Amino acid sequence: MSAASIPILQVADLSRTFPVRNALGWASGTVRALDGVSFEVRPGETLGIVGESGCGKSTLGKALAGIHDPDGGRIAFEGQDITALSAAGRRRVAPRLQYCYQDPGNSLDPRWTIRRSLAEPLIVHTALSAAERDARIAEIMRQVGLPITHLDLYPHELSGGQQRRVGLARILTLHPRLVVLDEPTSGLDVSVQASVLNLLRELQRVFSLTYLFISHDLAVVRMMCDRVAVMYAGRIVEIAPAEKLFAAARHPYTQSLLSAIPDIGGRRVTDTFALEGEPPDPTRPIAGCRFRTRCPRQAPECAAAEPALRPLGEGQSAACLFA
Amino acid sequence: MPPPGDNLLEVENLRVSFSTEAGTAKVLDGVNLALQPGEIVGLVGESGCGKTTLANAILGILARNARHEAGAIRFGGEDLLAMSQRRIETEVRGRRIAFIPQDPYGSFNPLFTVGAQIMEVMKWKSPLRKVSEGRGLAGFFSRYPRARRREDMARVAEMLRAVQIPDPAVATAKLPHEFSGGQRQRLMIALALLPSPQLVIADEPTTALDVTIQAQILKLLKKLAKESGISVLFTTHDLGTAYEICDRICVMYAGQEVETAPVEEFFRRPRHPYTVRLLESLPRPGRPLAGIGGEIPALIAPPSGCRFHPRCAFAADACRGLRPPVTVIGGGHDVRCYHPVVEGAPA
Amino acid sequence: MRAVRDILAKLVRDPSAAVGLAIIFLLIAVAVLAPVLATHPDAVWDMNPRQRLLPPSETYVFGTDRMGADIYSRILFGARITLIIAIVAVGAALLIGVPIGLVSGWRGNWLGEGLMRVSDIFLAVPQIVLAIAISQTLGPSIENVILALSVTYWPWFTRLVHAEVRSLRNETFIEAAIALGVPTWRIVLLHVLPNVASPIIVRTSIGMGFTILTASALGFLGLGAPPPAPEWGRMISESREFLPEAWWSALAPGLAIFLVVMGFNLLGDGLRDVLDPRIRRATTGR
Repeated sequence: MSAASIPILQVADLSRTFPVRNALGWASGTVRALDGVSFEVRPGETLGIVGESGCGKSTLGKALAGIHDPDGGRIAFEGQDITALSAAGRRRVAPRLQYCYQDPGNSLDPRWTIRRSLAEPLIVHTALSAAERDARIAEIMRQVGLPITHLDLYPHELSGGQQRRVGLARILTLHPRLVVLDEPTSGLDVSVQASVLNLLRELQRVFSLTYLFISHDLAVVRMMCDRVAVMYAGRIVEIAPAEKLFAAARHPYTQSLLSAIPDIGGRRVTDTFALEGEPPDPTRPIAGCRFRTRCPRQAPECAAAEPALRPLGEGQSAACLFA
Repeated sequence: MPPPGDNLLEVENLRVSFSTEAGTAKVLDGVNLALQPGEIVGLVGESGCGKTTLANAILGILARNARHEAGAIRFGGEDLLAMSQRRIETEVRGRRIAFIPQDPYGSFNPLFTVGAQIMEVMKWKSPLRKVSEGRGLAGFFSRYPRARRREDMARVAEMLRAVQIPDPAVATAKLPHEFSGGQRQRLMIALALLPSPQLVIADEPTTALDVTIQAQILKLLKKLAKESGISVLFTTHDLGTAYEICDRICVMYAGQEVETAPVEEFFRRPRHPYTVRLLESLPRPGRPLAGIGGEIPALIAPPSGCRFHPRCAFAADACRGLRPPVTVIGGGHDVRCYHPVVEGAPA
Repeated sequence: MRAVRDILAKLVRDPSAAVGLAIIFLLIAVAVLAPVLATHPDAVWDMNPRQRLLPPSETYVFGTDRMGADIYSRILFGARITLIIAIVAVGAALLIGVPIGLVSGWRGNWLGEGLMRVSDIFLAVPQIVLAIAISQTLGPSIENVILALSVTYWPWFTRLVHAEVRSLRNETFIEAAIALGVPTWRIVLLHVLPNVASPIIVRTSIGMGFTILTASALGFLGLGAPPPAPEWGRMISESREFLPEAWWSALAPGLAIFLVVMGFNLLGDGLRDVLDPRIRRATTGR
């Protein structure tokens, strides 16, 4: 994470709106799922994107993967602008920039055997012979810790944890540089989650991967990430090195979010948690700072303009007038 | 049979199996559990451990292919499994035992206003309802007595204020989709508490919610339960949530309860090897993640004896034979293991 | 192959599907072996005025018709016509309807919408009316019946495939394949098509029965195969003037049509139960 390293991914002022349709199917408004999001990812690091449902973190991941086209802004991957690539250009980037679904098991065709699903990316993106493909598949199965005998099974014959391993294997056979992990542990039991997280770290080491780690689980993010960006209502409100963020968050929303995590053995959140209300309705944007309606520190100047991310030293930035 | 003590709920040696295409799954294998009045007990375990089946068994809403093999569920000294369906429907379910479901989205009919749905429940389950009022079809066609309806409506408004739904009069005229997930869960809590139950069964009520909303809901539920002295059986797979709200925790593994302890003791000195490994699986800064090797067993042909033995580092011949009896550690801490862990508890 | 064997095994276990399957195997066997099974293979097309309208007997199992032909033998040879009409017409409808459904379902743009509106126009006119109009214009012949039936049946496949593809497009594994950079033709042919195969198969089976019924109706109206072809619908039509005395001449072809249509419908229902992915997911736990 040296300052000299060139970013593998640069995102500048990225925006994406979705039309809101009324009962007749007419567009009756828009939701700003992403609004002026900017950040950089350096090679080999894990950048966490955290926030609550509807904050835009999944839209961000899908925009990076080319599943959603952004309305504005710029995405540069390894120095190349990939914001508005053609389908063919996108396919050339795909092997190096991979998107991993929340439940990679669902990303497997239910009618295909594991072997066939794992072979597909190699058939599409490489000129390997059938024998070379088989060797590569056997290798990746070993690396994700699954027995070769599972290759002839169908996805529904595997457990949830095993399906995730196959989903990861499918993405990693192409040896990508950057992997966008969208909620990689949601819905898993803690013991399975532990093994999936260990696997992700091991694979990061073996393949020298860069991760964009999207999650709502702050305990997991704290464990896995080098830097963390906190999103609220479509914007990044704070970005900082993980240890800095968890030790001394500067944005009031980050502070509230951290205070909501149960701390086993510590003080109970049910005694200390103070944040009231819920995230704003995305179809009715709030003027000024989006968090001000719930913020314990809100002041009249918060309504005037949307605060920009302000560097606070040691790689920490927050979008708050009082941070 | 021990005399019914001052426990509100006692589950004793409950066995429930499900007949499936692949065979008979022994989902609950001799489960024991007790709840005192006013106590919040966390039923903790990973998916497939049987916690939801146990909750459903207490509510008497097991699936059709379920079979009650043995055991008793005593509520206020009476065995619910021996009680007539009619009595359970009129006196117990939704009255003395209420339910908060996991999914706040699927729990309301999208076509009717929230107020209409709450009042429909109150028509049948209000604590003011007299036993003489019509049952079954007669009750269906009989009108909601006007005087009771007025009183019930006042109670509903009061309860909605208690669960912090702003402006109850406006809220009851809204349709379910006009509420967020957190607000719907507040409404579900209100609906569960309106009949003044003695016991609330909450089945993973915060799993579908974001962490800040979860904190709000847990805070609310704990406050309301403690204020009115209601017992809560809180099932969850999340140990952090259990720490927040519970007085006592009972851990289940593959259809057997393995350890029960007061919450502080539970997290400070876990004694069952499974509990220890489960706690070590939690991500915590500055410590490697341990995880548990192996997979949760299939319940159609479960391991003999202690069902955790194939994944346990301390497994011996005895563990494969009979299920371990209860070892009383003291202070309400019970563990079902031949080799309870002595040291090595996480910080 | 394992899948086909599994499906057959499940079908045989379902009583109504097993009956349907048996009827269809019987139909195929009868059609193939007609010359062998027929008791009077020569008396199918020829006139035998001396043996007109004989009631069922040991020699003429189902009796004879107004031309003196053996009804039993005519039914056997009629099975060939029925089967050929159904297979070719439904096959052609599949070949037209499925690709159009795939394209319109995958591309939700003006092209997809346009194709769906065209199929809507066909669906707006009752099939039998459209088929009558077509065969009336082109003249009575087996080829024209097949043409009329396939031209009127393809929109059913288009509708079905369109709807299935639209919902599949939102499945994670399809989106994942797009994100993985899999070319569109591979996604449509290797991921989408196999996943819509089940409803297509069910619709094909039911469509066969439906097509046979419509073909018989056309034959009854004199728009099918010209005489003396042993077409079942025409046989009923020809027996009308001798009812109720020579009841047997209408009974046998009527029963044949009834049995075959019921067979395809039973099989279709059975296939729906066996192949329906929702039911299957429920039993396998995913």
